[in-house]
Amino acid sequence: MDFNDTPQEAEYRTKVRAWIDANIGEFRDVPDTMDRADFVARSKRWQTKKYEAGFTGITWPKAFGGQGLGPMNQIVFNQEESRFHAPTELFSIGLGMCIPTVFSHGSQALIDRYVAKALSGEEVWCQLFSEPVAGSDLAGIRTKAVKDGDDWVIDGQKVWTTNAHLSDFGIIVCRTDPSKPKHKGLTMFIVDMHAPGVEARPLKQMSGGSDFNEVFFTGVRVADSHRVGAEGDGWKVALTTLMNERLAVGGKPRHAPGYATLLDMAKRVQRDDGAAIEAADVRQRIAATYIADEGIKLTQMRALSALSKGEMPGPESSIAKVVVAKTMQDMAAFALDLSESGGFVTGAETDPDVARLQGSYLWSAGLRIAGGTDEILRNIIAERVLGLPGDLRPDKDLPFNAAA
Amino acid sequence: MNFDFSDDAKALREQARRFLDERATTKVARTQMAADSPYDTMLWTQVVELGWTAARVPEAMGGLGLGGDEACVLAEEIGRSLAPVPFMSTLLATEALVLVGTEEQQTRWLGGFAEGALIGCVGWGEGDAASPARAGAKVTGDRITGIKVPVPDLMAADVALVSAQGPDGVQLYVIDLSDPGVTREAADTIDLVRRHGRLTLTNAPCAPLGTPDTYHEWLDRAAILTSFEALGTASAAMAMAIGYAKERTAFGQKIGRYQGVKHKCADMYIKLELARAHALHGAWAMQDGAAELRQAAAAARVASLDALAYCAEENLQIHGGTGFTWDSDCQFYYRRNRAIVAALGSKTWWSDRLVRALERRNALAA
Repeated sequence: MDFNDTPQEAEYRTKVRAWIDANIGEFRDVPDTMDRADFVARSKRWQTKKYEAGFTGITWPKAFGGQGLGPMNQIVFNQEESRFHAPTELFSIGLGMCIPTVFSHGSQALIDRYVAKALSGEEVWCQLFSEPVAGSDLAGIRTKAVKDGDDWVIDGQKVWTTNAHLSDFGIIVCRTDPSKPKHKGLTMFIVDMHAPGVEARPLKQMSGGSDFNEVFFTGVRVADSHRVGAEGDGWKVALTTLMNERLAVGGKPRHAPGYATLLDMAKRVQRDDGAAIEAADVRQRIAATYIADEGIKLTQMRALSALSKGEMPGPESSIAKVVVAKTMQDMAAFALDLSESGGFVTGAETDPDVARLQGSYLWSAGLRIAGGTDEILRNIIAERVLGLPGDLRPDKDLPFNAAA
Repeated sequence: MNFDFSDDAKALREQARRFLDERATTKVARTQMAADSPYDTMLWTQVVELGWTAARVPEAMGGLGLGGDEACVLAEEIGRSLAPVPFMSTLLATEALVLVGTEEQQTRWLGGFAEGALIGCVGWGEGDAASPARAGAKVTGDRITGIKVPVPDLMAADVALVSAQGPDGVQLYVIDLSDPGVTREAADTIDLVRRHGRLTLTNAPCAPLGTPDTYHEWLDRAAILTSFEALGTASAAMAMAIGYAKERTAFGQKIGRYQGVKHKCADMYIKLELARAHALHGAWAMQDGAAELRQAAAAARVASLDALAYCAEENLQIHGGTGFTWDSDCQFYYRRNRAIVAALGSKTWWSDRLVRALERRNALAA
């Protein structure tokens, strides 16, 4: 066993590091004061630089404008890039989920039109799947697309759409045949987010921020040439996107507090009988947090190790999000308990560590739901990894418009 | 990057699994519960013939000189099968002798382990002694007095490595079980398959094995090896639970369809995979002599005990009333969980050790 690069990985790393060091310049950090327009412009500039230097679409086939390299090259690049706080978030959904769906299922004309401009950062993408009535049960979506000549007309509402207000295009799954069973009557399209009838409204989360949108579609026309995959194949196409999503939502948020924060805090906090760090319950909790956080990091190392050997990662990668989100919530709650009433007061005078933990406590409630709830992820592990029978789904084979 | 066992170790794992699947079924464990012999001597002869006791013994001492990887995969497969043989005891003794034994100590014992002529065991427990770091047994000069209980495989062994208070602190001592002043008797424990004993030392001859510092280095290695054993046992309990959930019907459908059951199975898998990641990290740290060995070993121990307890307890729960009968195999895992805890200290103690290692590392980094 060893954690070192193979000679090929080391060679690629040297090349990437030299390029990043020479080009990172203004992109090394995101100033807190930056406004949205600046953030978008800056994100696009960094993406364009990477595109011109051949560091985008690293694993994609050359035929689609990629570099045709292996997953380890992408990982090496990400590791080197993450030494800085470069602005990459704006493109993670488009390049991580939408465009791979387009080049897996879309026509050559769509590939020619969209892939390069997404890679170069010129156009930003979002993914329009969840609806108010369809979250875990995504195939229950109701936004409809009705054929009208060579066009489709879309009416309905999507929700939890990241970056919808900043996006130029989106992939949208719509119900095109309500007389078919729920999974069979869906079709995927590319929609122009600037088209008449598209309205993106920020959705305010319980945590206070607005990282997502609700998007309303009223008589929005999409040409049939912008269909991705066959009519009625929308579910199959969506699964390509979702497989990529679960990988993307897997890890702990980059700057989220972990066991080290808890350890530091436990040293400072005094309980009635001495420093909290001396108490057995506190030490147990620090250990448990370490086991979960580091266990997931090490599990990701196992996946990298498989990729590095040209193998597929094992099913153990599927445990990441379900562990990370609940650990984050439990750890934050315990740390706030430790700080007693001080953990409850927010505002400018709150200790910065405590403030981060408060943020973590609120955000983790959303993370336990995003990209597959704890419960859905346990179903997936039990059914796909362990081979247990699927939940009963009484509506599965009924025509959608006949189900309750 | 290669964060996985070598191909050789994986091949050994497959060979071991095939052999034990066939030869060490739970029927063998059940037979052992009622046997007079403290272990299955026929099975042990075969284990020795396969070279498993020789794996970690250096070639100069008549062994195979294999690495820690091979010891880890064998521990996992022995744990999976519940094979009633003194393999883990002899392996942990081998590890200590290889780590710090004098040439004389190695020559005296290791060749015998390799060829199966001798069996080793280790004991830190003293009934209610609260931790592996403390000992009531006391050494004066080259004599030891005290009681060690429970000692796994004591009644099968020729030599015991025990912790005791020496002039420089608590460390391991070598006890030749045929010496005067040494008495032993069987001790009943929760685990009815793996036999334990009570070792009474009355001014018995003893020889120091390493130092107090190396005792703790051995504890790290032993924690990693037993974490693989625990992973094996936990995996077997999980497999049993899944098998039953797929086959048992209640309320007109297989119970594995209910989320109350399937989510337990998913949690078994989650805990097992977290534990496996830490155990692999431990195996790497042991092989590389990495600076984070102490923290990796403690994490492997804590995570594997957590997975084992959950899998053993919930396997029985998923079996319902059937699982609580004497005839069900659920009890083997449920009871073995306690044996693996008792063999090297509880999750509480190892959690504390993990946090101490993290504190030390943070202090160094600051």
